Amino acid sequence: MRSFWRTIGRDTLRDIALVCLADAIVGASFGAVTVSGGLHLWVPVAMSVLIFAGGAQFAAAGVVLAGGGPAAAVVAGLVLNARLLPYGFAVADVVGGKWWTRLPGAHLITDESVAFTLRQHGWERRRASFWACGLALFLCWNAAVVAGALAGAVMHNTAAFGLDAVFPAVLLALVLPALADRSTRNAALLGAVVAVAASPFLPAGLPVLLALAGLVLAGRPALTMPGTGPAPEVR
Amino acid sequence: MPLLAIAALAAGTYAFRLAGPLFRHRLRISGRVQHLLSVAAAVLLTALVATAALTQGHGFAGWARPAGVLVGGALAIRRVPFPLVVVAAAATTALLRLAGVP
Repeated sequence: MRSFWRTIGRDTLRDIALVCLADAIVGASFGAVTVSGGLHLWVPVAMSVLIFAGGAQFAAAGVVLAGGGPAAAVVAGLVLNARLLPYGFAVADVVGGKWWTRLPGAHLITDESVAFTLRQHGWERRRASFWACGLALFLCWNAAVVAGALAGAVMHNTAAFGLDAVFPAVLLALVLPALADRSTRNAALLGAVVAVAASPFLPAGLPVLLALAGLVLAGRPALTMPGTGPAPEVR
Repeated sequence: MPLLAIAALAAGTYAFRLAGPLFRHRLRISGRVQHLLSVAAAVLLTALVATAALTQGHGFAGWARPAGVLVGGALAIRRVPFPLVVVAAAATTALLRLAGVP
């Protein structure tokens, strides 16, 4: 075990702890916003354990809290989580060769654990970073969601605390780095205009899916794909 | 959020995660598909930000909420630590409402 920690290195351990702290705050707000919004206590907890992807959790719960149907919530969450597909290929070698490490290891694939893994050199270090970050995040995230959900259950007038601004603010902070790319930004802006314009007329949940029309401006991938992973931001 | 919807989203998400570790020797994702997936996620997130910040039901959400979201976004661009972004967004909205802004 001691060699495991030594393989990761003190700097990486500190960075992992910082990311865990940031995610814990997001997780706590997820629990508080969903429960105070009227969802049952078990809903954010079950979502966090089983889905374990903050952006998709916020997105799906947001659609439902806005009055949208569960099907639209599932589709929105799945479109967001489709990015996990290329992640899985990027870290496949460290997730494990045996099925009993691959099955639980796959569940730990997140923006953060992939970012930490891709930052390391050498298989031993990559593998140690993946598992350390993945396991630490899983524990922190779920503990924070439970704590937030319990707090949300005793909070009543959440509008007075401005909690309804937390959900869009979290998503905005998540998406900002991706908007630095011009064609991504154009596609995203067109999609946002379409979604807002459709909101008065369509049932909740659908306008967001309609935004995918913005993909016509997606452009082509850059010829040289940089070998860097996603920034170690919160999910 | 019915249990069935949570289970469906969880199963789909797990399938996305497991495909790489399971099929890495047999499949490759083209750069074009990878690009489209990441742009689609950004498009969806931005649309969620816009609708969640501006609309409530079928109408306008009022000024306090989008103002808080804007403050959060401005701080995030300046790479302010994430916890502060969240607190600043909520505090802006809360203070505006305290001052009587809807």
